[in-house]
Amino acid sequence: MAPATIVAAGVGKRFLLHHKKATSLKERLLLHRQSSSEGFWALQDVDLEIGSGQTVGLIGPNGSGKSTLLKVLSGILAPTTGTVEVRGRIASLLELGAGFNGELTGRENVYLNAAILGLSRRETQRYFDDIVAFAELEPFIDNQVKHYSSGQYVRLGFAVAVHVSPDILLVDEVLAVGDESFQRKCLDKIADFQQHGCTILFVTHALDLIPRICSRGVVLDHGRVLHDGDPVEAAERLRSLLGTGADQSGRGAVAGDRPRVAAVRLFDPAGGADKGHFRGGEAMAVEFDVAGPAGGPPVSVRLAVTGPADVPMWVMDSDPLHPGPDGAATVRFTVKELPQIKGIYALAVAVRDPAGTVTYDARRFSEAFLAVGDTATGVLEVVWTTEQVE
Amino acid sequence: MAQVQQAADARAAAQSRVRLELLTELVRKDLKVKYKNSALGFIWSLANPLLYLAVFTLVFDKLLKNGIEAFPVLFMSGFLVWNFFNLATLSGTGSVVGNANLVRKVRFPRVVLPLSSVGFAGVHFVLQLGVLLIVLAAFYRDAFGPQLVLLVPALAVVTVFATGMALLASALNVRYRDVEHLLEVILLAWFWLTPIVYPVTFVRDQFAGDSWLFRLYMANPMAGVVTAMQRAIYVHPVTGGRQILPAGGYGFYLTWLAVGGVIAVVLLAAGWWTFRRLQADFAEEL
Repeated sequence: MAPATIVAAGVGKRFLLHHKKATSLKERLLLHRQSSSEGFWALQDVDLEIGSGQTVGLIGPNGSGKSTLLKVLSGILAPTTGTVEVRGRIASLLELGAGFNGELTGRENVYLNAAILGLSRRETQRYFDDIVAFAELEPFIDNQVKHYSSGQYVRLGFAVAVHVSPDILLVDEVLAVGDESFQRKCLDKIADFQQHGCTILFVTHALDLIPRICSRGVVLDHGRVLHDGDPVEAAERLRSLLGTGADQSGRGAVAGDRPRVAAVRLFDPAGGADKGHFRGGEAMAVEFDVAGPAGGPPVSVRLAVTGPADVPMWVMDSDPLHPGPDGAATVRFTVKELPQIKGIYALAVAVRDPAGTVTYDARRFSEAFLAVGDTATGVLEVVWTTEQVE
Repeated sequence: MAQVQQAADARAAAQSRVRLELLTELVRKDLKVKYKNSALGFIWSLANPLLYLAVFTLVFDKLLKNGIEAFPVLFMSGFLVWNFFNLATLSGTGSVVGNANLVRKVRFPRVVLPLSSVGFAGVHFVLQLGVLLIVLAAFYRDAFGPQLVLLVPALAVVTVFATGMALLASALNVRYRDVEHLLEVILLAWFWLTPIVYPVTFVRDQFAGDSWLFRLYMANPMAGVVTAMQRAIYVHPVTGGRQILPAGGYGFYLTWLAVGGVIAVVLLAAGWWTFRRLQADFAEEL
């Protein structure tokens, strides 16, 4: 067994709740003493030992503490409890090009960023040509970075980060940005690092990547480690957590007296016409018929829209539905403006009790719709509404 | 294996230690950013002391004669060092908040941020002092005497003091953004409480009956630094029967520099300690 490069023991991280935080002296004086001792535990009792050369996939629902854990491991945030020990140079792909200054040229930024990441000027000189070649920016390297396209910016940031010959690479969702060829390049580089014995900790929503790349999968939920071990099991564990586990064949149907998804319709909310092809910015409506026993319990429906590589894009939860006398109910989700996404998307739907503790039925409708938008990067902001249709 | 481990530990240390190379790279960045897209670039900073000299000569030697011989030289010798302190403190205060993006995303020793602000101000100061000395070589030869040695302890004290201010204020400013605004006001008052525009002997004569008040006034480390700078460059202790700078050897200057030095070292220690204590929370508070 190779020696551990990362040892986290009993790590907990508590954030003070935002509305209680004093950001000015005046507030601090006014809040004096009554300021909060309560907080929000983003991580709790995390014990993690990562051996040198391992590739670990870190997955979990949104807000489960993945990014916080990466920041604690990389020394950006201090843990509230427990200890973190790290041996080796960390390169974190938390945000590519975080240290860039728009006024400086690409060349100047490479030197600056490499210095921040712990390289000496001589080391940077040695890697410089490789960095520029990898970023494919030879003609632009003496232009100011503020004139770069977002793709060029990210490529340069990535190139610097991977050329500082890290011992430990922390990757957070980089595969969510950039075009396909860049994503492939990222994956190739990651494979390259694996061969050279680099330790990699990899946060992703792309569940099918986990078994392909990682030798170990860690599932976080509400700040605790839920699973640590086999990557395939880890991905399954998360799918069941998200309610996107069952496949589309419908064999996942359960005994007749439990609520289940009976039908699904996608349509244009304006005209009501069925539709399977949406442009970015268009409105989209999805209706589910839920069938269940007469006089059955109230249920709620969770709908996750998942993109290429099984990446959940966003999740919508209905209010509790009250089935009619025949046990049937229909719920509609209306997305006001489809975000600028591109590709074929699947719908994963789960019928659960309103508290979300029991899943009665879960289905996946793959290739549910085609979206044609400009590929945008960054945080998706989806405005949606839900209502029960009588 | 042990060697591999050691090398890895060394690389880990390189990411958390304050390295001179990182500091110079950050200072270089600040200088480049400041003069990017300006045709004259650095010349602006160098022209600054020349302009002041010209204006002060015009106003105080020709228009508002205040009776102090070579007053622009007296003024500039204190004013440049004050500018260094002022710039280092103010840009240092905003250094952590201004680099929030970096602090929230990247692992590196945070303390280099205020330190590089002091370095940035220091580069400016050294160049401006150079320009002043060149001009004096042409118009005020007397400046180049043995008393110039006083520059060494004076610059040492002001550097330590400014570094302490920058460390303390930058750390506190992350939690209380008021610090920045408060300091702007304080520095303005502080400027007038330091003998830059008026000679220190005026204050001494005012407080003649109460030497304790004068001692309190001089306990301001910047008062010690500024008078020592003036004594080093301005060589007219006595003008027309009026004492401008305390005469009689360097005892007065060295004493107050020593007092200022002690205060500066205490402040640096306090700033360092505060920064160390608070830096763990920077990424969260920003």
